Amino acid sequence: MADPTERARDEFLSEAQEIVETLSRNLLDLDASVRSGSIDPALINEAFRAVHTLKGLAGLFGAQRLGQMSHRLEDLLDDLRLGRMVLGAEVVDTLFVSVDVYGRLLAMEREGRDEPTPAVDDLLARLDKLGSEAPSKSTPDSEYELEPGLLAVLTEYEEHRLRANLEQKMRLYRLRVEFDLTTIDKALEDMKARAKRHGEIITYLPAGEATSADAIELDLLMASRDDLATLIGALGADNVVIEEIPRRRPSLVGGEPSRAPLGEISVRGAESVTPGGAQDAALDQGPSLRSLTQTVRVDIRKLDALMNVVGELAIVRGSIARLAERLRAEGQRQLTTEIQRLHRSFERRLAEMQAGILEVRMVPLGQVFDRLARVVRQIGREMQKEIRLVITGSETEIDKLIVEELSDPLMHMIRNAIDHGIETSSRRAEVGKPPAGTIALNAYQKGNHVMIEVEDDGRGIDEQALLEKVVRLGKLDADDAAELSREEVLGLVFLPGVSTRDVVNETSGRGVGMDIVKTNIGRLGGIIDVQSEPGIGTKMTITLPITLAIVSALMVHVANQVFAIPLSTVTEALSLESAGSRMLDGREVITLRGATLPLCRLDRVLVLERGRRPPPRKSYVVVVALGNRRLGLVVDHLIGQQDIVIKPLGRSLASVRGFAGATELGDQRVGLVLDAAAIVDEVLSGSDVGRERGRLHG
Amino acid sequence: MRKILVVEDSASTRAFVRSTLESSIADVEVSEATSGFDALRLLPRGPYALVISDINMPDINGLELVQFMRKTDAHRSTPILLISTQSSERDRQRGLRLGANGYLAKPFASKALVDEAVRHLGDEGPRKEAPRG
Repeated sequence: MADPTERARDEFLSEAQEIVETLSRNLLDLDASVRSGSIDPALINEAFRAVHTLKGLAGLFGAQRLGQMSHRLEDLLDDLRLGRMVLGAEVVDTLFVSVDVYGRLLAMEREGRDEPTPAVDDLLARLDKLGSEAPSKSTPDSEYELEPGLLAVLTEYEEHRLRANLEQKMRLYRLRVEFDLTTIDKALEDMKARAKRHGEIITYLPAGEATSADAIELDLLMASRDDLATLIGALGADNVVIEEIPRRRPSLVGGEPSRAPLGEISVRGAESVTPGGAQDAALDQGPSLRSLTQTVRVDIRKLDALMNVVGELAIVRGSIARLAERLRAEGQRQLTTEIQRLHRSFERRLAEMQAGILEVRMVPLGQVFDRLARVVRQIGREMQKEIRLVITGSETEIDKLIVEELSDPLMHMIRNAIDHGIETSSRRAEVGKPPAGTIALNAYQKGNHVMIEVEDDGRGIDEQALLEKVVRLGKLDADDAAELSREEVLGLVFLPGVSTRDVVNETSGRGVGMDIVKTNIGRLGGIIDVQSEPGIGTKMTITLPITLAIVSALMVHVANQVFAIPLSTVTEALSLESAGSRMLDGREVITLRGATLPLCRLDRVLVLERGRRPPPRKSYVVVVALGNRRLGLVVDHLIGQQDIVIKPLGRSLASVRGFAGATELGDQRVGLVLDAAAIVDEVLSGSDVGRERGRLHG
Repeated sequence: MRKILVVEDSASTRAFVRSTLESSIADVEVSEATSGFDALRLLPRGPYALVISDINMPDINGLELVQFMRKTDAHRSTPILLISTQSSERDRQRGLRLGANGYLAKPFASKALVDEAVRHLGDEGPRKEAPRG
């Protein structure tokens, strides 16, 4: 085997991943087209090509199982696209399974793991069973005056498509199209899009005669139900000549029953093809014609590295601002003006650069939603429940890294919703709901956050059962339980050891701990809320930052230490004195515009040592809001706003909740970045997170 | 320096072919075309000592590329090596009949690729040591 460089291997893995994702989307379309009863042959061919390419890649890079599996799938898809086999629901199911197996194999390749893969064997066994259904099909006679030169260059697939179209009594057309070589990609896409509405383009043959140095003529073979006039109306243009290919007169076939496949006819004819003209001398002097591909694939780590540079430049910017401040204090007015102008210009460019890099990192959530659509289908089938999936907002964009981490939590949530939320269809009929349960997956942007909702129209969470379970687990006293608000009760589903399964009357399926989901979302700087109405349904809402890379933060002092509070979570800041705090149910609160706002004294909750200094006479309240929960953080004073790059904490601190990371302050000091989500959570739900921190600081 | 054109829609396969050829055969420069159309654009930038093309590509396929080149004076004698899967024996035969000079079934080992390429380049060529492995 070859010795492909590490880079080539990375390229292989990322290309393979992309192909599998494309295949997955393609299968969803194919599934829909099978259901609607009109199968689009182009979809089958695309799936074939995807698997074909995967097989080639697997071979080149020595990924044996990947290759073995692709080989068999390729055979299956080849049979399907060449009409040797009928595409039914079971075949589609098997193809969906293969996408999952691909995912697993690629993950193993990426991590260099080598383990037994029963999933591959299962899949191969399934494919074996499918293989025997091939219906025999007679080859239709060729009845058209097709040029042998054209027939000779059809691949097996194209020949099949020609035959399939003829069977359906389509008319055949030859389109001679002249393309400008510099704009051919776009022109061709336009042409294809228009042609698709009227039929199928079977092949594209370069005519070998260019009318000028930078143009090329192609012969397109197209099958269509429409007549010539309609096609000319739809596709005609200055550079397009359309002619219908007439039916062959019976005499041309002679006495020979033309049972021979088209290929044979064409091969005989091919030898008489005369060589084309000498247009190439002109082509040789043509202008430089580089590939017109406009995209590059970039490793996300490179973007991270660039973002780090931006973060460091932001620190330089801060130093320049401080320098300007010092000059001003020293009365150097002229220098101050000059350096401030520089500073503004630097700041603007830096912001542009930061925005540019962030934009590159953004990908549509559709990437993960597509995968989930497959999961929904599969789980519904496993649970024998009919599920309708409604997706909105697939185009909502979010940081690539976040997308990668989202699919597991979302998958767990959906599994729970189907397993424990949606009732069986007979039960649904009893309560007057439509037999198919609906799962809605909605995404939208709200300020600096992306909201993702997973909503079902199932039975809802039984709050009483949930409370009993939590008390039984010893996580809550019965007395305390009685005092919880409805929202607080629902929030208990996120406690470890509780699953939505425990709170419905059915015991089927596996309950996935929602605490794990919550932890995963928390790691991304997000939070999750739950709303539920008995008998009507449950809605889980995830609130996520758009990006993890760089954040604007409010810098504050608490007990002489600097902390950063991500600005995306801050709604306002006010003086504590003017607000006037009071105690309510053992909790310090203020009244803010008529609403009660609970307070959290950061020095206490973080157990900060004040030494011999007295607490400040004046304090401030920073109001943070996440989802629909608000909390006032009490700090000593406000320093100001700053863009920070969040760096991970060292291993010793990594397990402590309450901090999202650390950041350089620009004067050789390091500040901790508060994880507002975790603090809000801890304070408002009174969970046991605080004790861990107590251990650390105490 | 002899120029080789690789026509293939898979980026990894192109990268593999390129790195294999450039590291194993002296004095070659590999250009990459991502589709049949791209190949039409790049062909005038030759002459190429060898064109290596996939058969199954969307739009202009490898067979059409072979026929185009054989009908065109400037490329009539350029060696063409087709690469495709074992499953399309019929496509292989068509390709050879249309005037391709060789055929390699994917997946192929780097040695097979280098051997074929050297054969079509028409000389024994100063061959580099095979890369480790």
